Amino acid sequence: MAILEVKGVNKRFGGLQALGDVNLTVAENSVHAIIGPNGAGKSTLLNCLVGKLVPDTGSVMFDGQSVLGRKPHEINQMGISRVFQTPEIFGDLSVLENVMIPCFAKRDGAFRMHAIESVGAEKELAAKAMQMLEDVSMAEKHDMHAASLSRGDKRRLEMAMCLVQDPRLLLLDEPTAGMARADTNNTIDLLKEIRDKRDITMAIIEHDMHVVFSLAERITVLAQGTPLVEDTPENIKGHPKVREAYLGEAQV
Amino acid sequence: MLGLTKKDGTLFIAVVLLTVLAPFILNPFPENSAMAQFNAGYPDLMQRFVIFGIFAMGFNILFGLTGYLSFGHAAFLGVGSYATVWMYKLLSYNVLPGLVLAIIVSGLFALLIGYISLRRSGIYFSILTLAFAEMSYRIAFSDLLGRFVGTTITNGETGLQVYSNDPQILLGQNGIEATHFFGFEMGASRILEMAGWSFTFNFGFYFCAVIFMAMFYMTIRIFRSPFGLMLRSVKSNQQRMNYTGVNSKPYTLAAFVISGMYAGLAGGLLAAMDPLAGGERMFWTESGAVVLMTILGGAGTLLGPILGAGFIKYFENIFSKINDNVLHSWFAFLPDGMENFMVTIIHPFVGKGWHLTLGVLFMLIVIFLPGGLVEGGQRIGRLFGRKKSEAEPKPGAIKPAE
Ligand SMILES: Nc1ncnc2c1ncn2[C@@H]1O[C@H](COP(=O)(O)OP(=O)(O)OP(=O)(O)O)[C@@H](O)[C@H]1O
Ligand SMILES: [Mg+2]
Repeated sequence: MAILEVKGVNKRFGGLQALGDVNLTVAENSVHAIIGPNGAGKSTLLNCLVGKLVPDTGSVMFDGQSVLGRKPHEINQMGISRVFQTPEIFGDLSVLENVMIPCFAKRDGAFRMHAIESVGAEKELAAKAMQMLEDVSMAEKHDMHAASLSRGDKRRLEMAMCLVQDPRLLLLDEPTAGMARADTNNTIDLLKEIRDKRDITMAIIEHDMHVVFSLAERITVLAQGTPLVEDTPENIKGHPKVREAYLGEAQV
Repeated sequence: MLGLTKKDGTLFIAVVLLTVLAPFILNPFPENSAMAQFNAGYPDLMQRFVIFGIFAMGFNILFGLTGYLSFGHAAFLGVGSYATVWMYKLLSYNVLPGLVLAIIVSGLFALLIGYISLRRSGIYFSILTLAFAEMSYRIAFSDLLGRFVGTTITNGETGLQVYSNDPQILLGQNGIEATHFFGFEMGASRILEMAGWSFTFNFGFYFCAVIFMAMFYMTIRIFRSPFGLMLRSVKSNQQRMNYTGVNSKPYTLAAFVISGMYAGLAGGLLAAMDPLAGGERMFWTESGAVVLMTILGGAGTLLGPILGAGFIKYFENIFSKINDNVLHSWFAFLPDGMENFMVTIIHPFVGKGWHLTLGVLFMLIVIFLPGGLVEGGQRIGRLFGRKKSEAEPKPGAIKPAE
């Protein structure tokens, strides 16, 4: 069963064809990697999925419903969470608060007027958020100012913020960029565990081939805004067109 | 206590004590001493402290939490005053109906202005609110609305006041001809003379003070609520918020309306102390003043706006009273040339020049204490080696449930 279906999506920025006739199908409960050289249009594609951009033509269906024309918060409430290429977190808030906000959004919806209740009384949500922080081994940093975290920790925090919502589709834009080797391996283990334990579909953009080949079941190669091939990791490794367009320079 | 954490409860009790004892605290100098002119414990000024404290507290819910800088909040202050005076004209001098109406009308007005202004953010939002407030000011001053309905609404430049031919249907035969709360007159005062000191206990002040404390309590609750957390995340990263499934629009609009209602209540209280409402209450300088109060005290903190309001009102009322005669009397002990020299130097900073002093202080505070007076207090606290303040979490920080 396909949970995400992208059909004939085009996106132009002035004279630049950022996406040209993109078709992509992501099967439910699979890990689908999207790779391609810099400027291939990978992030642009994700932007079209979460309502940050609206494609010029084409359709984007999530679980049988179109996401086009919906606002970002509505798309999130449908069950899509996204980790950005540059970490998007609440820098002014504590690490724990960062994780509690998505918990509130998940429980209370896009808006709820809860001005008299106390955040301190939300023991259940706080416990859930703490558990999530534990899972990404950041529990001991829970009362740190999020802005003061290292780049790698910011990424892990953002991942925790997305995962705590139990999304059906998790979009990850280079989740290990800027991480030390050990952290990258931890992230791979975390994503593997999540893939195995939860009903979750992941679409992951990554330049690090070690991460891609450790996780992905299907890989789409994007070049100059158009999908070149889509196949299993084994076949992608040996594909001559891919080697030429992308992997040749990446030194697998 | 009262659903507050221990720390917030302590803060609340401290503010309650300071407010209740204000007539003593603000009058530290004996009546006949040279320093008596620095006393601030007279009813008119004390009322202003708490009323503008409410105004700034509400403004802080919008600006301090969400980061949206409104330059038009005086419009709501003015609307609150007009609504209250209208209730005097129609019903009686009891302030209760007026205050209720002030909150309702300013809330509706804020809903309208907020709905339109919040379509933009940053500087464009600020300009829109400024434009709306200027329009309101012009409309009030020219009584434009009144011309449409055929009777006066704001009474133009004269300002709205009660006339003897007003209906005042609840006034009765020999009703009270001054603002009151179920018979207790706002102007009523008791004076306590004590060995050279003189303390004034004014009903109007205590009436405002009780409302002020209630509003402070409500503000703490809002700050510590999930709603308050959402407002802080609007300021921190609105994009992340939207991609987290939260619709930031209704949150900011709610904050705008709530802060408009605080302003309306403050405006109503001004009219409760003095049954007049004029267009100048909506002038942009009033909107600017509440911005200064909040930043000066510490935007986003619980105590900051209250301190800022007190600070500015104190300057406005005390420094402005120091004229050359006073200065000469201070420096009379110096030789004549020196005396004149000192007076000339200080002259531009006092009396009508109090704005200059305030401006300089504001600059110094913004440059050296970006967190305002509250940050200054925290630094002093740390200086005196109270380790506690280091471990103190940021305002609104939450503890894990363990
Ligand atoms: N909002 C925008 N306006 C104009 N051009 C844009 C915009 N967003 C992306 N582009 C351009 O579209 C092309 C694709 O960009 P995109 O960010 O999708 O690439 P990418 O595959 O994510 O690359 P990278 O691996 O560097 O992240 C680039 O040439 C980029 O400059
Ligand atoms: Mg990218």
